Amino acid sequence: MELFQAITNMTAVSFAQHMVNGISLGSLYALIAIGYTMVYGILLMINFAHADIVMMACYFALFGITTFHIPWYLTFILTIAATALLGVIIERSAYRPLRDAPKNSVLISAIGASFLLENLANYLFSGRPLHFPDIPFLSSMIDLNGIQVQAICLFIPVVTLACLFLLLHIVNHTKTGMAMRAVSKDYEIARVMGVNIDNIISITFAIGSALAAIGAIMWGIRYPGITPYLGVMPGLKCFIAAVVGGIGNIKGAVIGGFILGLGEILIVAFFPQFSGYRDAFAFIMLLLILFYKPTGLLGEKMTEKV
Amino acid sequence: MKMKKFVSAFLASAVALSLVAGCGGGDKKKAEEKKPAAAGAVKVGVFLPLTGDNAAGGELELRGIKLANKLHPEINGKKIELVIADNKSDKAEAANVAARLIEKDKVKVILGTYGSSLAMAAGNIVKDSKVPAIGTSCTNPQVTKGNDYYFRACFIDPFQGTVMANYAFKKGAKKVAIVQEVSNDYSVGLAKFFKEAFEKLAGAGSVVEIANYQTGDKDFSAQLTNLKAKNPDAIFAPGNFTESALLIKQARQLGIKAPFLGGDTWETQDFVNVGSKEVDGVAFSSAFDSTKAATPEAKKFLEAYAKEYKGEQPGGLTALAYDSYLIALNAMQKAGVDDSVKIREAIAATKDLETTTGKTTLNADGDPIKSAVIKTVKDGKFSFIDMVNPEDLKAK
Repeated sequence: MELFQAITNMTAVSFAQHMVNGISLGSLYALIAIGYTMVYGILLMINFAHADIVMMACYFALFGITTFHIPWYLTFILTIAATALLGVIIERSAYRPLRDAPKNSVLISAIGASFLLENLANYLFSGRPLHFPDIPFLSSMIDLNGIQVQAICLFIPVVTLACLFLLLHIVNHTKTGMAMRAVSKDYEIARVMGVNIDNIISITFAIGSALAAIGAIMWGIRYPGITPYLGVMPGLKCFIAAVVGGIGNIKGAVIGGFILGLGEILIVAFFPQFSGYRDAFAFIMLLLILFYKPTGLLGEKMTEKV
Repeated sequence: MKMKKFVSAFLASAVALSLVAGCGGGDKKKAEEKKPAAAGAVKVGVFLPLTGDNAAGGELELRGIKLANKLHPEINGKKIELVIADNKSDKAEAANVAARLIEKDKVKVILGTYGSSLAMAAGNIVKDSKVPAIGTSCTNPQVTKGNDYYFRACFIDPFQGTVMANYAFKKGAKKVAIVQEVSNDYSVGLAKFFKEAFEKLAGAGSVVEIANYQTGDKDFSAQLTNLKAKNPDAIFAPGNFTESALLIKQARQLGIKAPFLGGDTWETQDFVNVGSKEVDGVAFSSAFDSTKAATPEAKKFLEAYAKEYKGEQPGGLTALAYDSYLIALNAMQKAGVDDSVKIREAIAATKDLETTTGKTTLNADGDPIKSAVIKTVKDGKFSFIDMVNPEDLKAK
């Protein structure tokens, strides 16, 4: 009844505005979720530091523009490169030494890497929020028949989908991609067959982190308050998005991201009285998926390898 | 050889004896506790959020306390030493830190904090260990209500909410919307008092929308889209400065033109930094304005501040933190520095104490009655709009 009332009360313009808000938030979640799912697909570990890589990328972009006065487009390219490098460094120093250790040790190491990055940022950049600079055009508002859209919101879904197709192409149609899939299926056998596991894993981290950087830049433009803990909540939600879509599955992560982003916005849109509980939506989704389809929407049933 | 054994046996029994004495006699323990004080320094705990979401507020208040310590460094010939503890803007951490200040650092009085939720988290600890605390800018009434050991230097939210409701009504607002940070006691309390006061002025139903968000949220587009459809004349959105700044920014992006009103937490540079040009024109209440400083103590404070932080003007948070130090100092001058219960009594009896924000008298709850100033942001700087005295509100 209440839902019916909410829908009839809502004008077409409001509804379109909600959809735009939801799709842009969902695309951001999707982009970050891909990073979680890729690492899981290959290493069967959850890279908890991924959220903090997003945060670091925000700071890289911010300082590139404000402190070093590098033109924004150049800054974005440098940020993506620096973040990819950061991802590889974290993999080499925190995960590679534990390659033969039990999976739990790597997981704990990932949590350690996450705390290290957060506290490092807190120490280096202070805990106070910094303002992400306004980017010409991308930060400006466009009026589409009464619907207010930030220019970046039009780009976010396009960039996300472009990244998705590029990534699917790499994974499915290149030699590196084939090696990635081989490592993901069975990494002992892949090693025996002559795949350089360490390189493939490094490439995976580089790609995942580069996507995180793209997500981070767009996040910064959209939500310009940058703090050392900014990755924590989005990180959790993107991880949930990856699980909902079927962890290990790239398309699933994107679908999961959209479901979460749209769901969060629409819940507040139709049930304003629950707007304080929007974070709960992600966690309820996680519980439901774990109860009814633990492998996720697109996940395949997989027997534990010994 | 024999001699050595004898010596060690003697030492061992001496240690054992002293241990027994230590456990049995309270006198020895007391003597040990007194030692640091006798050594010269009186310890005062400073309990503020120096990292996390509220860090900017905590930092401004720390400036006030440090400045007060610099101008009034001694009490009865003993040096006052600040023990600074960071409660990390986190309720669980706040409780731990308060306990540590009392148990490990043995402070006899605590100053702080910014953030009512953080103060309430420490409430039972100061009460149970009978160490008085003086809140700097925790304005929720629940902080001091029913807690004999929590006092404060700031006005409280029923007053602040009424001030802002009157201001909105005076500016011609007939229907307002409220956006509150539901996980923040300060925001929810202030929103409630604003609503009560505004409905009294403009009639029932004049608050057309109450939207919620969580501390740490970055996206407010859904709440704001709903709010825009209601077309309010003004929006009251008390909350932490980072979230509030992002909220206002997003509201302007969505084409919401109604003016934003808020509370004393907005008076931090971070609010302006994050909100940039979009926060120009907001109105909020504060405890202090440097251009209206009336008391000699305020002049002293302004002078010292200008010297320490070149070119900057202190805001309400810094002034209140400075005042909290003065209240503690005044109490310790009367009650001595050793007995925290006596210090509590002296704080409770604070009357007509000259502080930067006028004369401070604490009522039965431990709250002062103070005037509020209304400020705005103009070209990235805070500027004065109006001053409201408690008597002005009663007259209406």
